[in-house]
Amino acid sequence: MTFHQQQCSNGLTIIGEVIPEARSAAVGFFVRTGSRDETVEESGVSHFLEHMLFKGTKKRDAAQVNKDFDKIGANYNAFTSEENTVFYASTLPEYHQDATEILADILRPSLRSADFEMEKKVIIEEIGMYEDNPGWMVFDHARKLFFADHPLGNSVLGTTQSIIDLKRDQMLDYFQRRYIASNITLVASGNFNWDTFLKKAEKLTTNWKFGMARRDHIRQTSGSGEFKLLEKKTTTQQNVVMICPGPPAASPLRYAANLFAMILGDQSGSRLYWSLVDNGLAESADCSFHEYDGAGAFYTSFSCDPKQTHKNLEIVIKQIHELITKGITEEELEQAKSKVLSRIVRAGEKTMNRLQEVGMTWVYLRKYKSVDEDMQTYEKVNLRQIQQLIERYPLLRLTTTSMGPLAKLKMPEIPKQPKVPNAQHS
Amino acid sequence: MAKQVFQHTFDNGLTLIAENMPHVRSATINIIVPAGCAYDPANMPGISSVLSEIILRGAGKNNSKELSLAMDGIGLDRSCSAGTNHIRLWGATLSRNLPKTIDLFADIILKPHLPKSDIESVKLLAAQEIMSIEDDPKQKVMLALRKIHFPSPLGNDRRGTLEGLKAITHDALTKFWKKNFRPSGTIISVAGNIEWEPLKAQVEKKLSPGKGGTSHITKDTQQVQIGIAYPSVTYGHKDFYAAIGAVNVLSGGMSSRLFTEVREKRGLCYSVWASYQNFKEVASVICYAGTTTDMAQETLDVTLKQIGNLTKGIKEEEVKRLKIGLKSSMLIQEESSSARAGSIAVDWYYLGRVRPLEEIQKSIDSITTKSILAHVKEYNPKEFTIVTLGNKQLKYGK
Repeated sequence: MTFHQQQCSNGLTIIGEVIPEARSAAVGFFVRTGSRDETVEESGVSHFLEHMLFKGTKKRDAAQVNKDFDKIGANYNAFTSEENTVFYASTLPEYHQDATEILADILRPSLRSADFEMEKKVIIEEIGMYEDNPGWMVFDHARKLFFADHPLGNSVLGTTQSIIDLKRDQMLDYFQRRYIASNITLVASGNFNWDTFLKKAEKLTTNWKFGMARRDHIRQTSGSGEFKLLEKKTTTQQNVVMICPGPPAASPLRYAANLFAMILGDQSGSRLYWSLVDNGLAESADCSFHEYDGAGAFYTSFSCDPKQTHKNLEIVIKQIHELITKGITEEELEQAKSKVLSRIVRAGEKTMNRLQEVGMTWVYLRKYKSVDEDMQTYEKVNLRQIQQLIERYPLLRLTTTSMGPLAKLKMPEIPKQPKVPNAQHS
Repeated sequence: MAKQVFQHTFDNGLTLIAENMPHVRSATINIIVPAGCAYDPANMPGISSVLSEIILRGAGKNNSKELSLAMDGIGLDRSCSAGTNHIRLWGATLSRNLPKTIDLFADIILKPHLPKSDIESVKLLAAQEIMSIEDDPKQKVMLALRKIHFPSPLGNDRRGTLEGLKAITHDALTKFWKKNFRPSGTIISVAGNIEWEPLKAQVEKKLSPGKGGTSHITKDTQQVQIGIAYPSVTYGHKDFYAAIGAVNVLSGGMSSRLFTEVREKRGLCYSVWASYQNFKEVASVICYAGTTTDMAQETLDVTLKQIGNLTKGIKEEEVKRLKIGLKSSMLIQEESSSARAGSIAVDWYYLGRVRPLEEIQKSIDSITTKSILAHVKEYNPKEFTIVTLGNKQLKYGK
């Protein structure tokens, strides 16, 4: 595995991880923009724009984009999050250059009005699809409640109304602000030749606009701490999401944070698994760590028989409280590490996963980490770092959202963030 | 005169094989259903034997006595017995009585009365059969040998045990029949002086009625969910790659027909796809689309129309694209241990061997516009199974 990087004169960064033994090669454009970078009037534009990029350029109409990707057997798609919009494709090595060409081309879209209106319908369908999925909806509400006025609370999809109201010119304006070369990283991973790739990529992107794309309001938040019950009579299960603050993406504590989430709420063998799922009190329970630019959060969620909700909330609070006051054992930490390491190794076998990993690590840390380095970092995490995490972040400051058939739900008393034993000595 | 052997697997997984013997005047039909003693629940060994006895005691419009008379009336020699893997229903008669036999056998398989009043007597019979082994040391020793030598449940004696018989209730028996008497895995073999086409048609009518059907689930949702299914060929079938090709014309990549026609050109929905799904004996194409209520009817209509349009022609460029797509995913799979572990097991399960990559590649290469077209014409779905969910029922067409 060798890593290469190049900064182009227009500000575009090109990086690549060459894995000669891979059977495929992946390539992707990572645009550092998402719902947090939208104004209120533009709500949903990042995601809508992501769709529009597949609708054609000066060179290709929408059908041609799809045809050209399919012609080279590409596995391709895109996604939009609060902070990133990523376009990617993986192919057999011989088509890597073609995939790069098509992706580079669609990154300069025509945004034709007719396509804009047609795709609006598709976006509204997508919103409708998610609205029928309470397990997903509750997360959108929970994020909004936790982040409150922080831009990370912005919805990625927007609302049906905000999409209807959106004008093509607003999208164009957003595009010109956000899709400038310095705000984009071109990433490749897998079996490809770096020099050939670089030469081709530079040529394809040389005319991209130079400039600066700002991101405002980069700050931490400990969340609103509120509790909200959303009654939805048509569902059978009660869904709950509890969010508390955690370290931001650039923090060295991010590794400890991932392990901590795994110990608390991995889908198998975690504390929440044993206290909620194994005994059938909840259908599922999970804790995961989400890291952002300047902020971070732990999302703890479960779904259960509505009658059981209050009791389950008490159990989750008790589990977190115990982790804070009594800490974790060496054995638990080792078990969590084994799980993470195995997942890293297995994910590393697929170039598509490596592309995401290499790309995101670069976008957030401006660093490259090989699979081995990534594993070593996790191996080095010790109980002291977990303790630091517990000391530094108020993990019991929970913002709780619940959605389901319940018309009433009492939030249990949350114990005060306890003094952590180690902290008293320092 | 050369013997002719025919074979057909119906949409519901039932297999019919037949051998024409023009020089004879009789015909024998043999039905094996995967419901032998290997399927007996652990606490009820012997239930398959009990079922094989009671299943002849009335079926369809005939009670026990009437059924027996009807079979005697056409000179049908018959028996029904449980073995290790199968329950076997067998009957021989003059070939001209074969159609009547099939009618009666279909009733026995699909509509047995399993009369509650006969349970105790049938169990008594079975108990006596078990006891009689005691008087036959030769048989007893061989049964013991089988029991020790073969892994459970293959070494089990079909007669079961006295305790097992005691535990059998009418309810349990009915459940066992319902669970195990299914078309998939059942084989009907016929030999004798027969005509294939009428035989096939009768078996299809009696034992494999068209599976198409529609259903609507009312639910107050934003979107209407649409599911469509229709039969396809199984994994090892000669047409398998042509079938995969056809599915990919519909839904392989974003330039495929469903995505282009339903989403890209009309903006009817966010998600629409078709995929091939199979079991050992039966396979289907499954389609999905989810869309807001107002657009649901058009979505369904356009989707069905696209499936129907396959027989009107396949383009060279479509085949070119889908072949590269199939090859890419096959080769890229080689990268990850989890994907490979899955696919070698799938090969082994369906084909009894793991195919080398070159062979798969060759099969993909063999896909042509012609092979796909021939396949979709032969297997042009007559009936669809359609299920919708949402707050408005749709019209399902003809």
